[in-house]
Amino acid sequence: MSEGARSTAIATATGLAAGWLAMVALVWLYGESPRSVVAQLVGGTWGMPYGVGQVLYKATPLLFCGVAVDLALRAGLFNIGAEGQLAVAGLAVGAVGARLPAGAPAWMAMPLVVAAALFAGGAWAVVPAVLRARYGAHEVISTIMMNRIADAFVGLGLAAGLAIPGTVRTPDVVPGARLARLESFGLASLHGSAVSVALPMALAVSVASAWWLARTRLGRETVLVSLSPIACAAERIPVARRLAMALVLSGAVAGLAALAPVLGYKGYFESGLGAGAGFGGIAVALLGRGKPLGLLLAALLFGTLDQGGLVINGSVPMEITTVLQAVVIVAVALADARVRARLRP
Amino acid sequence: MSTVGLAGILGSLFSATMLAQTLRMAVPYIGAGLGGVWSERSGVVNIALEGTLLAGGLGGVVVHIGTGSAWAGAAAGALVGALVGALHALVVVRGRIDAIVSGIAINLAAAGATRFVLRGLYDSSSNSPPVTGFRLLAGGGASGGALLVRTCLDPLALTTAALVIGTAWALGQTRFGLRVRASGEDPAAAASLGIEVDRVRFAAVILGGAICGLGGVALAYDQHQFQSGMSGGRGFIALAAVILSGWRAGRMALGCLAFAALDAAQIVVQDQARSAGYLAQMLPYVATLAALWVIARRRGEGAIEGRPPAGLGKPAE
Repeated sequence: MSEGARSTAIATATGLAAGWLAMVALVWLYGESPRSVVAQLVGGTWGMPYGVGQVLYKATPLLFCGVAVDLALRAGLFNIGAEGQLAVAGLAVGAVGARLPAGAPAWMAMPLVVAAALFAGGAWAVVPAVLRARYGAHEVISTIMMNRIADAFVGLGLAAGLAIPGTVRTPDVVPGARLARLESFGLASLHGSAVSVALPMALAVSVASAWWLARTRLGRETVLVSLSPIACAAERIPVARRLAMALVLSGAVAGLAALAPVLGYKGYFESGLGAGAGFGGIAVALLGRGKPLGLLLAALLFGTLDQGGLVINGSVPMEITTVLQAVVIVAVALADARVRARLRP
Repeated sequence: MSTVGLAGILGSLFSATMLAQTLRMAVPYIGAGLGGVWSERSGVVNIALEGTLLAGGLGGVVVHIGTGSAWAGAAAGALVGALVGALHALVVVRGRIDAIVSGIAINLAAAGATRFVLRGLYDSSSNSPPVTGFRLLAGGGASGGALLVRTCLDPLALTTAALVIGTAWALGQTRFGLRVRASGEDPAAAASLGIEVDRVRFAAVILGGAICGLGGVALAYDQHQFQSGMSGGRGFIALAAVILSGWRAGRMALGCLAFAALDAAQIVVQDQARSAGYLAQMLPYVATLAALWVIARRRGEGAIEGRPPAGLGKPAE
């Protein structure tokens, strides 16, 4: 096994084992039988078609955000801002989708709402990107601040006329802007679950991102900039511009995550819709380790936990899954740090 | 808005009640901010203040309910905060993982675990049963003046004020404070002088966690119960104040007071102008972005005023 594959295997195994142990311990502390809770969780997610559909639905924004965080990580940047980028994009998608002419056909409506998501998410990353690329200010603090600003901004936007008066939701988007649910493609057994064509879109974006980073000149330069900015500058690669572009692209991809809940599920945006996927995306990126397949599996794992939390909520509080997410994040990072320490000469 | 309405708003903005509200709301901010100052001056990035507030607040309320003593609750809140700090220090200082990753995980875990514990103990994942908190001066009327006196004599407010002065003094004047700063400025040089950087950082992060936990207790006692997610971004506002202050305790406290005044004003103004409330909510964060820009721009000029500790985020090797 190559060194990279081995460290991936060690980190993944550690993360999963720690998550498993934490779950058993927490369930036991709560006075329930771990065996029956796990059986419930598996039965309610992968054990029935509706559960599978819901897992896939929950995994969709996680995959988008995981790809977004990963894209920035490959450029050496930590985009903590996916949560805010996603929220602002949700508002933009809801607002644009509701303001299109009612009879707008999908070929016209869809590009517009997708562009709104990309633009809003990307725009929300511009300030951190410029601060980082041009002035060297750490992107973590600035994206945290942008997350908090997004909270108030979404409230402001809704209060200032984007919402139906007296509510915190936008009007329904026009039919042409809705994303078809997978149940309408002959997968009738998924009936009732909100998984939509946003899932294949997320897969496509994931593959496209990997291809861009590995196979295009711009993408390669973006990765190289994170490895050695000095060498890149000497080769006349515009380091600052590559960094800024990576963060804005990351924000745009995170913005796409809003498509699944807004256009595939609710059909409108409301305050808090989709929240959590941005932070979940960080977990997905850390566990997925820069490979499309890894990101997909990580998104499915956390999607399963999200949906599973709802299923077991009767016996154990669903918040257990948030704790497990945290445990997995730390365990993977710890295993990584250990492997790195051992590889160091 | 009519003149009468405006006069009414101005009247309520400059009143004893308003001052009391500001002080009351500033306590949790300052507690969390002190946690940030101790941790970051020692070189450990701490975005886990939000989660530490929650954990400390719940710890305080649980023990308060269990023992019936607000003092025991406060001690427990500080202890839980210290434990969260110890966890952060353990994985960051000893485990050498990215402090941001640890901070995110702690915030996630605290948000989930507090709801988990709430439901386990009290059968509701949204709030705890009511607690009395400190009631040293029960009664005294509901006038603005009486409220101000009660706020100023609140044990947690007094402790927090003392901790601000104590932190500024300790960082500036004591051997331990000097070691903390040395570890934060240049871990390698500090180590070469015989300072055990990892240990100093452990101590500073744990101390900061304890103070932040106390801030969480103040928040919960103030509301007379623990509510899930009640930190509501205060940890991040505190972080903003830490950065704006240039990592200095006194100025950080002033910043927190300003943000608390903004909060208190928001309550007064909100009914009249909701949009203004949202704008006020953004202000601390926008100011922080501006400060980041200013700090970063000045870096090349060798200016020292208000810059972050030079060894922030650098492991001791």
